[in-house]
Amino acid sequence: MAARTLINVPKKAKRGEVITIKTLISHPMETGFRHNTVGLPLPRDIITSFVCTYNGEEIFRAALHPAIAANPFITFHTVATESGRIAFRWTGDNGFAAEASADIAVG
Amino acid sequence: MNRTSLESSQATRRGFLGAVGAALIVRPASATPASMAVAIRQVVGDAEPKRGKVKLNLPPLVENGNTVAMGVSVDSPMTPQDYVKAIHVFADKNPLPNVISVQFGPRAGKADISTRMRLADTQTVVAICEMSDGSFWSDSVDVVITFGACLEDS
Amino acid sequence: MNVAVLRSMLWIALVVAGPFAAALPALGAEIPPDQRRSGYADMSPDNKAMQDDDTSNPGMLAVLDGEALWGTKAGTANRSCADCHGDAKTSMKGVAARYPVFNAARGQPVDLSQRINICRSQHQQAKPFAHESKDMLALSAYVAMQSRGDPIAPPDDQRLKPFIEKGHALFMQRMGQLNLSCSQCHNDNWGKNIAGNIMPQAHPTGYPIYRLEWQGMGSLQRRLRNCMIGVRAEPYAYGAPEYVEMELYLMQRARGMTIETPAVRP
Ligand code: HEC
Ligand code: HEC
Repeated sequence: MAARTLINVPKKAKRGEVITIKTLISHPMETGFRHNTVGLPLPRDIITSFVCTYNGEEIFRAALHPAIAANPFITFHTVATESGRIAFRWTGDNGFAAEASADIAVG
Repeated sequence: MNRTSLESSQATRRGFLGAVGAALIVRPASATPASMAVAIRQVVGDAEPKRGKVKLNLPPLVENGNTVAMGVSVDSPMTPQDYVKAIHVFADKNPLPNVISVQFGPRAGKADISTRMRLADTQTVVAICEMSDGSFWSDSVDVVITFGACLEDS
Repeated sequence: MNVAVLRSMLWIALVVAGPFAAALPALGAEIPPDQRRSGYADMSPDNKAMQDDDTSNPGMLAVLDGEALWGTKAGTANRSCADCHGDAKTSMKGVAARYPVFNAARGQPVDLSQRINICRSQHQQAKPFAHESKDMLALSAYVAMQSRGDPIAPPDDQRLKPFIEKGHALFMQRMGQLNLSCSQCHNDNWGKNIAGNIMPQAHPTGYPIYRLEWQGMGSLQRRLRNCMIGVRAEPYAYGAPEYVEMELYLMQRARGMTIETPAVRP
């Protein structure tokens, strides 16, 4: 099953308003420091990067390390400048990639 | 071994490495304050971060180190002339010192982020912010980890 | 020293030298109805906030997976749950608040996940989901969330009586190398602070839950296994009738309390 994402972007905002964006994604964030029951190391498997774009322009970027909890939750802010699409992209170990987006109407 | 040390060493290992299913506990070398200093140096270069402007929010007492709510906010107008470029978070007793680094600009409107982090042990967490004028500011919080008492299969 | 030994020493240290050791004599008294409280009440403000906001509760990721599964055709019957049950918001409302129920065909009670698997095998002619599998936790979280806010309302079914009594007996019975009963911790010592955490009353209001310790979802049976392992008792296998009996008793004991699924717990 693909990674499940849960994002919260207001559907409407006034021009110039600072909006809050919340993102949640299902991912184990396996640290690479654990071993399984028979003593074999569990290889690192984490999301390493999260990028948010607003109508194509990058507005926020985060580099994640194993110290980020399983099912990463990130909230941040942006100024509602124009109507359009806010898009999210998570990438990580083992070719992991997930995307989500939300539309916002700015008036 | 007295009870207190047993509790803290055991519990905190469980916090960070605690198993989903049944994983054994390994003991990686944990980040020492020295390796945190190196990681911070990589971000700030020759600059000396000053105290202030940035506020790191973490609960002083944590029930489970696997998932700890963490927030960083910076006092900045976030105008094109004066804004926050980046925020970096470090922990001195996790296996690795880096936690998260974020980059943004004036379009953020408000330099205020939150996430959830892992804490392997009772330790100090440091947040550093980089301003558009090239200055660095820091804040730190000492966090005490308690632990869940009921155990998973081992 | 191996991990299991260290862990059991920790548990013993907690119980014997712990702050509530003095109160250990088994009182066996039940919690008065007006003093009952969910494990939610014992959580930190951050963990409460995580549960309260659906866009920050990681349990909602499982609920969304469950919603997708609800509408997915499966098995040789090629039917989805929705094909027979329609909109879960109406058809599944209140269901989790009254499970486990007596299943006449089996002559014994079944819990919600067993009921879902009956539909899997009989109505969808599909392979039942494994216990604690991602799919089972997702579907049961989705079904149970339809009862969120509803009071726990076990059916008044005489056929359940002997099973509830067995569950009650298990709750009162000392077990494991630590020789402790569920009741000694959860009836006699709830609200006490053990090494920074508060002993909960053990109410089944939030299951399946997102548990920080697990870094994921888990069923009530997994939670009960954790407590049995904690007292160094041999846990029953998943799906064992003893768990369903304990679930039945816990639901009786929590009658009228509010369903919180998907709850967050430390
Ligand atoms: C030594 C004390 C102890 C014993 C004995 C014990 N538990 Fe627990 N139980 C706990 C603790 C402590 C927690 C809270 C979680 C944690 O911190 O690990 C808990 C949590 C629970 C919960 C979760 C409540 C919630 O809010 O979700 C349930 C249900 C539960 N126990 C049932 C039982 C049952 C049934 C038994 C007997 C088979 C039992 N416990 C035996 C200590 C105990
Ligand atoms: C072919 C039709 C069919 C399909 C498909 C089906 N069910 Fe059912 N389900 C039923 C019937 C009929 C009953 C009532 C049976 C009874 O009372 O013995 C039932 C009962 C239930 C109940 C118990 C309701 C209650 O009030 O006690 C639950 C929960 C349930 N189904 C969940 C599911 C889920 C989840 C799926 C998908 C995995 C599913 N069902 C797929 C026909 C179906």
